[in-house]
Amino acid sequence: MILGASAAVSAQTPSYKNVGRSPSKQEISAWDLAIGPSGKELPPGSGTAKTGAGIYASKCVSCHGANLEGTATGPHLVGGQGTMSTLQPVRTIGSYWPFATTIWDYINRAMPHGRGGSLSADEVYALTAFLLFRNGIISETDVMDAKSLPKVQMPNRNGFVPARLEDISNMEKRGCRGGHCP
Amino acid sequence: MASNSSARRRFLKSTFAIAGLAATKQSATGQAPRAAPKDLRTYGERSRFESAGRKGSLGLWPPAAGPIRDYGIRTPLQNSVGMLTPASLHFVLSHGYDPPDIDPHEHRLLIHGMVDRPLIFTLEDLQRLPSVSRLHFLECHGNSATSGPTGALRIAPTATVQETHGLTSCSEWSGVLLSVLLREAGVQKGASWLVAEGSDRIKHTKSIPLNKAMEDVLVAYGQNGEPLRPEQGYPLRLVVPGWQGISNVKWLRRIKVVDEPYMAMMESTRYPSVRPDGKSRWFESEMGPKSVITRPSGGQKLPGPGFYEITGLAWSGGGAIRRVEVSSDGGRTWKDARLQGPVASKAHTRFGLDWNWDGSEVVLQSRCTDEKGVVQPTIAEVAKIWGVKMDYFQMTSTIDIGNFNAIQPWKITRDGGVHNALL
Ligand code: HEC
Repeated sequence: MILGASAAVSAQTPSYKNVGRSPSKQEISAWDLAIGPSGKELPPGSGTAKTGAGIYASKCVSCHGANLEGTATGPHLVGGQGTMSTLQPVRTIGSYWPFATTIWDYINRAMPHGRGGSLSADEVYALTAFLLFRNGIISETDVMDAKSLPKVQMPNRNGFVPARLEDISNMEKRGCRGGHCP
Repeated sequence: MASNSSARRRFLKSTFAIAGLAATKQSATGQAPRAAPKDLRTYGERSRFESAGRKGSLGLWPPAAGPIRDYGIRTPLQNSVGMLTPASLHFVLSHGYDPPDIDPHEHRLLIHGMVDRPLIFTLEDLQRLPSVSRLHFLECHGNSATSGPTGALRIAPTATVQETHGLTSCSEWSGVLLSVLLREAGVQKGASWLVAEGSDRIKHTKSIPLNKAMEDVLVAYGQNGEPLRPEQGYPLRLVVPGWQGISNVKWLRRIKVVDEPYMAMMESTRYPSVRPDGKSRWFESEMGPKSVITRPSGGQKLPGPGFYEITGLAWSGGGAIRRVEVSSDGGRTWKDARLQGPVASKAHTRFGLDWNWDGSEVVLQSRCTDEKGVVQPTIAEVAKIWGVKMDYFQMTSTIDIGNFNAIQPWKITRDGGVHNALL
């Protein structure tokens, strides 16, 4: 039943008359924020760590600190490498985040804190490049855009079980039992 | 949410301090909201003699004003009766954010992505569709965990059941089955996941496999016979029965049908459980069978020997609870408890067992079995599955581990005091 579900759904035609309406293209694109690991929704635009540094200094530094070390009002954005198998693991973009697209997605929807959605695509690319650079993942001049960003290899990409995205929803194959995945 | 480094805790604490100052300043200028006189015939209130209340997890309570507050606000299970949690006492976990103030007439739900007919619904549209009401528990994946920022409080001998297990509640949820909406939109071949998004400050986003969405997920507008409370997602939320709390996206405004999990911030960076070898388990999704005695429970006091009903709650993400057993001798022998009906799938189930306390020191505990035959494990069994030694649960660490469902023992001492005896 589970696996056949999607095929069964697509065979259906609408059965409730005049309930809901078709959204316009603009309505969809205004809300269509989510960026997956394949990056296919990434908008046009680009940026480098160099430009990102300037934007960071004006829009992010007050909460995340001059050295990205964090402040009373925002967490640190660097560090943590080598801590994952200790008792005090520190999760950062450099030590933990498996996909670079998540950085783009999160900055775009949520930052600066309380003013999410206020940055342009170029600014988000530049800030993403800046954070990747400061975490030692790309170089200062690497251009981040819809093509290059999904290809960035994150250091902890292989730190997850299961490793393959295709296997994520198959709890039995993963050997999960009684609410526990080994 | 259970994911916190000690650095983050520090910054949260200082945020509160700062925000607290700001709040004081504001009220000094006379901006305090005027309270409208209440007509209890219009909308009732509990007796002035009742005081059971929710409580923050980190002791940052009462909360200061500000963007970020205490993470998990817990249900007082020690005061619970029956299987339903009043909406006013339902646990709250919104990553510390205040609920957005949403006008239901302005609210929209967009369904798009890999569908033949993208659709946009108003709340009124949704209320025209065939409705269902279902009893389901919600539970934070960090509930009852020994690790993370609330670990020390949770294992303390003085912990109450609110502190150990208060991040779960149970309601009657009313709304439309998500499968109905997806059929209206016509899911395309090749689609396998959906991305659900809320309209809170960070637009919380969660990926959910399509097969789960088609099975039993609800788009809910009602809770226990009235509209959702603001902190529960007013006017619209997802209810993903039996799955980690993070899936139940509140203030739901968008569902996009896609062909891969989208690895949003919370699901890919905060919610995976870190193992001792540094690898992380992600998308643990289904909550295992769990039960806990709510009376007598930590911090309560038995006035003296005599008759008591031992009562508590049992639930499982795997389906209905089939059996609850209670031991009053530290786990050597077990007796079947009564299950109070209705016993619903993926819902709290109230159990009870008659008991005479002879005044000696005893350890009470419960264990449940769900309809798949899965039995709630002991802490030693959890340790075995995780490949850790028992002292692992005692270490103060920032490691966050979800879905901890070990049996909870309460020790009753001769003076009638009840104490947390997990470790
Ligand atoms: C007003 C303070 C504030 C400002 C300004 C701000 N942030 Fe944040 N940022 C936060 C807070 C608070 C969090 C944690 C949010 C949470 O846990 O829900 C955060 C989290 C983040 C994270 C996720 C960190 C992690 O590892 O979990 C990133 C990345 C980030 N911010 C980037 C930025 C960028 C880029 C800017 C500038 C455009 C910015 N922030 C501006 C307060 C701020």
